[in-house]
Amino acid sequence: MPDDSRPLSPHLQVYRPQITSILSITHRATGVVLAFAALLLAYWLASAAYGPEAFERAQALLESWFGRLVLFGFTFSLFYHMCNGIRHLGWDLRWGFELPTLRATGVIVVITSMTLTVLSWLMAYGHVDKL
Amino acid sequence: MINTPQQQRKLQSKLGRVRGLGSTREGVHHWWAQRMSAVALLPLSLWFVYSLISLTGSDYETFRAWAGEFGNSVFLVLLVVTMFHHAQLGLQVVIEDYVHSEIWKMGMLLFVKYGTVLFAASAIFAVLKISIAG
Repeated sequence: MPDDSRPLSPHLQVYRPQITSILSITHRATGVVLAFAALLLAYWLASAAYGPEAFERAQALLESWFGRLVLFGFTFSLFYHMCNGIRHLGWDLRWGFELPTLRATGVIVVITSMTLTVLSWLMAYGHVDKL
Repeated sequence: MINTPQQQRKLQSKLGRVRGLGSTREGVHHWWAQRMSAVALLPLSLWFVYSLISLTGSDYETFRAWAGEFGNSVFLVLLVVTMFHHAQLGLQVVIEDYVHSEIWKMGMLLFVKYGTVLFAASAIFAVLKISIAG
């Protein structure tokens, strides 16, 4: 029987965090977060199918400050996972493995996902003002 | 003569070689399904975010009218199916990487699989109800 107290590879505790490893674990984390976003989407659609009261309850929850904070986090998670996912698909096509390219695409992913998140929320709020 | 393993391997296609490999003998199926669902999710997610932006501030009636429109219903169902499938594949890898107790791993894998199917089915049924029953 293996001894559970022995450290597991990769030995994260002795590695210096780098942009590549940070972005990699963030991809996983945002993926798990987005699984919860999918649950919320299912709840939201179900509430609309259930009736006006259920839908109003869901909307009130989403429009509260906490709801907006969660939705903002979901928006960033989606754009990050999407942009970094494209980076992953590039690797699958054997593109972008050189270290300088790896770092450059990483920075592009972070900047693009942040920009798209802020832009989406500005557009959503701009849309409400027009109503 | 093609009797030695080396010679036989040369006649196999690359696809034939990876089929049935891996610890679960599923070959590249999981890997491929994850990529295919990811590619499908690119346009679907962008469409969904664009729709949410346009829907911001709408009431119950407006939202139902939007979701019940034929094209929107189709895309919503496609989004839900692909999203939950992709989520299940991703969560499976995370669980397999971090949960080392066999019983816990098996339990969590089943929980995620049944859970994603349950929520996907509910979401699809919700869209169909809005779309068909009105």
